[in-house]
Amino acid sequence: MMLALNIFLWVIVAALGLMAAMRGTHLFRDSVRGSIIDFLQQLPRIALGVIGSGFIAEAMPQDLIVPWIGPQSGLLGVAIATIGGAATSGGPVVGFSIAAAALKAGGGAPQVIAYVVAWSLFSLQRLIGWEIPLMPARVVWLRAAVSVPLPFIAAAAAMLLNRP
Amino acid sequence: MPERRRRRPFDFSTALIFIVSAVSGLSVYLRQGPERFFSVFRGDVLLFGNMLPKMLAGCLIGGFVTLLLPRELVARHVGSESGMLGLFIAAAAAAVLPGGPFTIYPVAGAFLGIGADAGTAIAFITSWMLLGYNRALVWELPFFGGNFVAWRVILCLPLPFVAGLLGRAAIRAFTLRMESPS
Repeated sequence: MMLALNIFLWVIVAALGLMAAMRGTHLFRDSVRGSIIDFLQQLPRIALGVIGSGFIAEAMPQDLIVPWIGPQSGLLGVAIATIGGAATSGGPVVGFSIAAAALKAGGGAPQVIAYVVAWSLFSLQRLIGWEIPLMPARVVWLRAAVSVPLPFIAAAAAMLLNRP
Repeated sequence: MPERRRRRPFDFSTALIFIVSAVSGLSVYLRQGPERFFSVFRGDVLLFGNMLPKMLAGCLIGGFVTLLLPRELVARHVGSESGMLGLFIAAAAAAVLPGGPFTIYPVAGAFLGIGADAGTAIAFITSWMLLGYNRALVWELPFFGGNFVAWRVILCLPLPFVAGLLGRAAIRAFTLRMESPS
């Protein structure tokens, strides 16, 4: 499955690259260079987060994680994870490191999904730092309000389907 | 040319993760022994290494889409659609548009400027947050692996529509005024 995903992605890269190259070699070259710089800039932080989350999970006492957001924690666990996700400030490395560590340390998949969804939707840093300056504030608050059920819907669907 | 993410490779939150990781790593080494330490380390390095080609592909796709699909074009087309189709197009456009908050919010703001309803803008932003391939491939995949991320995305597929429809319903029910700048 992983190989299929790799092939699929690189076929898309090749097709889009061809279309970009037809626009002009200069544009194509700039685009490739910019993408590789992006990749290299993100690499050290993601590597740190991925490897760090493994150690954080290992060091975290399991009997602390499991009762709160373990697979048996149910809807209350989902609510705790949702609040935790919304309260997490910091960029994707922080959010995903915490979520991955919680999953490795015995957190339930629906609870961790609720955490990731809540963090994606509500991260206050993004809301205040980016969304409110760039969007009409009423729309931002309406969006935040109608997003409250979403982590619960995703977690409930995960519980019903028993996936991942 | 759209602006690129300019981030220092190291910032405050990275420093925080570094400190917590280093303390955790040290505690694993001291309490559970070097064998366990290197086994955890090896597992995560392997996971990360496996994800590298996909992350690079994600970055390249992002670069090419930015070149081939100018934001102004997206804003004009998505903003002029309405109804369920409008929500669908908004969600699809946000899932394929690469880039960080500074590329997404101005596009959503532009929809509103050309008459799209707030529900469409909400579906667009929600889809970017939950379904954007760029974030899933480059950021989420190395942490969780393919199976978890694939299911997370599948479970989130309906959510932009739910948010968009709830937004429209709230505007109708409370006769909120979204068009006036506040």
